[in-house]
Amino acid sequence: MNGIPAPAPAPRVWPMYRSLVGVGLLCGLLIVSVFELTRPVIQRNQAEALERAILQVLPEAVSSRTFRLVDQARFEALDGKPGGAPLAHAGYDADRRLVGLALEAQGMGYQDVIRLIYGYSFSEQAVIGIRVLESRETPGLGDRIETDPGFLENFERLDVSLADDLTRILHPVEAVKHGAKEHPWQVDGITGATISSVAIADILRRSTEEWIPRIHRSLDDFRVAE
Amino acid sequence: MTTPARTLEIRTSPHIVSGYSVDTIMFNVVLALLPTTAFAIYAFGLAALLTLTVAVGSCVLAEQLACRLSDRASTLGDWSVAITGLLYGLTLPPGLPLWMVAVGGFFGVALAKSLFGGLGLNAFNPALVGRAFVQAAFPVAMTSWMPGFTADRFVSVPGSTLTLPLTKPVYDGVTSATPLSLWKFDGQLSEVGDLALGFVGGSTGETCGLLILLGGAYLVARNMMNWRIPVAIFTVVATASASLYALDAERYAPPLFMLFSGGLMLGAVFMATDMVASPMTSLGCLLYGALIGGLVVVIRVWGGMPEGVMYAILIGNAVSPHIDRWIQPRVYGSRVGEPAP
Amino acid sequence: MVDSFPHEETPSTDEFIKGLWRENPVFVQVLGMCPALAVSNTARNALAMGLATLFVLLMSNVVISSLRRFVPKEVRIATYILVIATFVTIVDYVLQAISLDLHKALGAFISLIVVNCLILGRAEAFASKNTAGKSAMDALGMGLGFTAALLSLGAVREILGSGALFGLPLFHDGFQPWVVMILPSGGFFALAGWLLLFNALQERRARLASPAAEPMR
Repeated sequence: MNGIPAPAPAPRVWPMYRSLVGVGLLCGLLIVSVFELTRPVIQRNQAEALERAILQVLPEAVSSRTFRLVDQARFEALDGKPGGAPLAHAGYDADRRLVGLALEAQGMGYQDVIRLIYGYSFSEQAVIGIRVLESRETPGLGDRIETDPGFLENFERLDVSLADDLTRILHPVEAVKHGAKEHPWQVDGITGATISSVAIADILRRSTEEWIPRIHRSLDDFRVAE
Repeated sequence: MTTPARTLEIRTSPHIVSGYSVDTIMFNVVLALLPTTAFAIYAFGLAALLTLTVAVGSCVLAEQLACRLSDRASTLGDWSVAITGLLYGLTLPPGLPLWMVAVGGFFGVALAKSLFGGLGLNAFNPALVGRAFVQAAFPVAMTSWMPGFTADRFVSVPGSTLTLPLTKPVYDGVTSATPLSLWKFDGQLSEVGDLALGFVGGSTGETCGLLILLGGAYLVARNMMNWRIPVAIFTVVATASASLYALDAERYAPPLFMLFSGGLMLGAVFMATDMVASPMTSLGCLLYGALIGGLVVVIRVWGGMPEGVMYAILIGNAVSPHIDRWIQPRVYGSRVGEPAP
Repeated sequence: MVDSFPHEETPSTDEFIKGLWRENPVFVQVLGMCPALAVSNTARNALAMGLATLFVLLMSNVVISSLRRFVPKEVRIATYILVIATFVTIVDYVLQAISLDLHKALGAFISLIVVNCLILGRAEAFASKNTAGKSAMDALGMGLGFTAALLSLGAVREILGSGALFGLPLFHDGFQPWVVMILPSGGFFALAGWLLLFNALQERRARLASPAAEPMR
């Protein structure tokens, strides 16, 4: 239909096609070239951000590798392949020995979903660090889950050791009122940010109950790098 | 020309004069608030006195300043801003830094009253807007409650009250919890007797439910308050919490606790009845009260915060023009469903 | 992208100046409220958002005014949106490459520059009728005016809300932050304050210029 002149009263079609297709092509070209130019930088940024978070929650680790759960039973190293969730990041020390795992978890906070990453240490059988990746908790109140030193102390060694049969966690993580912490598996809440701090404990409890036994059952999967 | 004898006086309506004017009503509201105010000062001592003084002072100052800036005659004489200040002060926790009290009072009157055009044009209760602003700006200070009836309350003020402007308050000694936060976070119920008589922690003026009811009864007796609003609020709160309590007594609080805890009494009697921000018709007032009561229960039981009276009333204020539009009294002579002639 | 049209009129400085003050997009035209309220919680976010908008506005204004003879009026809006969306996508990628944290803080609002009525408004009201040179001046003025407005909102909110400016603490440790100013409602309060100030100033100026004149708006 190109170039066929339309009846007089109707608007001329060809200039409209010409401009829309022409501008569309140019714009598409521009976007694709910028995308190709920036992609390596963006991927490097994302990988670095993830690596920083992993190494922060697993202080002993010097390198990491990302695994994906396959068929609900087996873990498979991704090594750069695109993964999707759920992912587990294994951390290795300088001798390439497996020291722990960094796991992502999320759950509902006071305002919106909180996403966090936590480190699990095999030698301690405990959560040894958390970092909030995304939260919209109230500034000055709920966001103390990221800044309050007393609260973060909970996660320097939060006991999640397994029962003997490796199927369940002996003492699930539980939140208690500020100052009432007695056992290493309890999370000491923050006064004034009760809901946010309880939310963190809930996210950790659900995630550890699901993942830690599963990881222990297929521990060998993570040792491939040694 | 001689003056004719005054045999016939010609006047336009209204012909029946009640003798009530804005300032007599407002003065009577102040009278009704006196017992509550006196109890607040008795329970919390100098801290409450200072809080109330600064609250009234900041509201009056904001009104005066707004009148000056907009070239209007001063409206301090009608007492309404003094009541706003007093009510605002009564909703604050004793021991709140005085500079925060002043900020909230100023914002409440300037933002919710003066900018809307002054008395009679405010869509929201200015006292509650002031409180909502302080609550949103300084949530920690607004949820730190000092205990009442301390031995030295008439000779010393808590350190937090006299915090320097713009700085964080430091709380010396213990802070107590309100009955509602005790229930919400620790599952503890307070004695209903203590609640009704005011021997619990809380905002300066919300603790003693009976004195608030007394003030309300006085206003109703003088026909200066619409009794339908508090009655509707109390009925809905009582029935809703009673049915929840009947469902699961472990999880939900008993109705008497719900009625006498927190700011429900003060809010229902003195805040929700704000003549400007509440609906005009009787049926509208019942609906408005029922809406507020329902919201209070919903926020308290399922919300993240222990107390929700303030937000419930503000939402009620926002809805009240719409209630007035739905429920219009039939104009004499017109039929139902027919537009007014 | 380079304007190949001969300049019909030389761009005057007035095209540039008007966006900064007299027709400031935020404080006078009250356009582009969504980003102005949503991402002005810190000075840094506000500056980044302002500069991103400035870039999109400049590029799209120049391209649209260069294409104005080529695009029939029936499809002009579609073409404008296409051009604007392209530059927004470019900003999105570039920003991710520069700083992921900043990109995360600005969130969905980068993509929403597409529907910022300021940009489409300038394209329709100015760039489609003027030379590329004049459109560039207009875009620079409007963009800088928008950035300045966002920055003044962001500065007030950050100073009151966290006692800092560009992340640098301004007060000693005891400062009590006004949490509400960082929350969405704080954006409305800060905007209302600035609008009040702007209107009062304009009214005063109008009164001084001609005592009998009506106050502005």
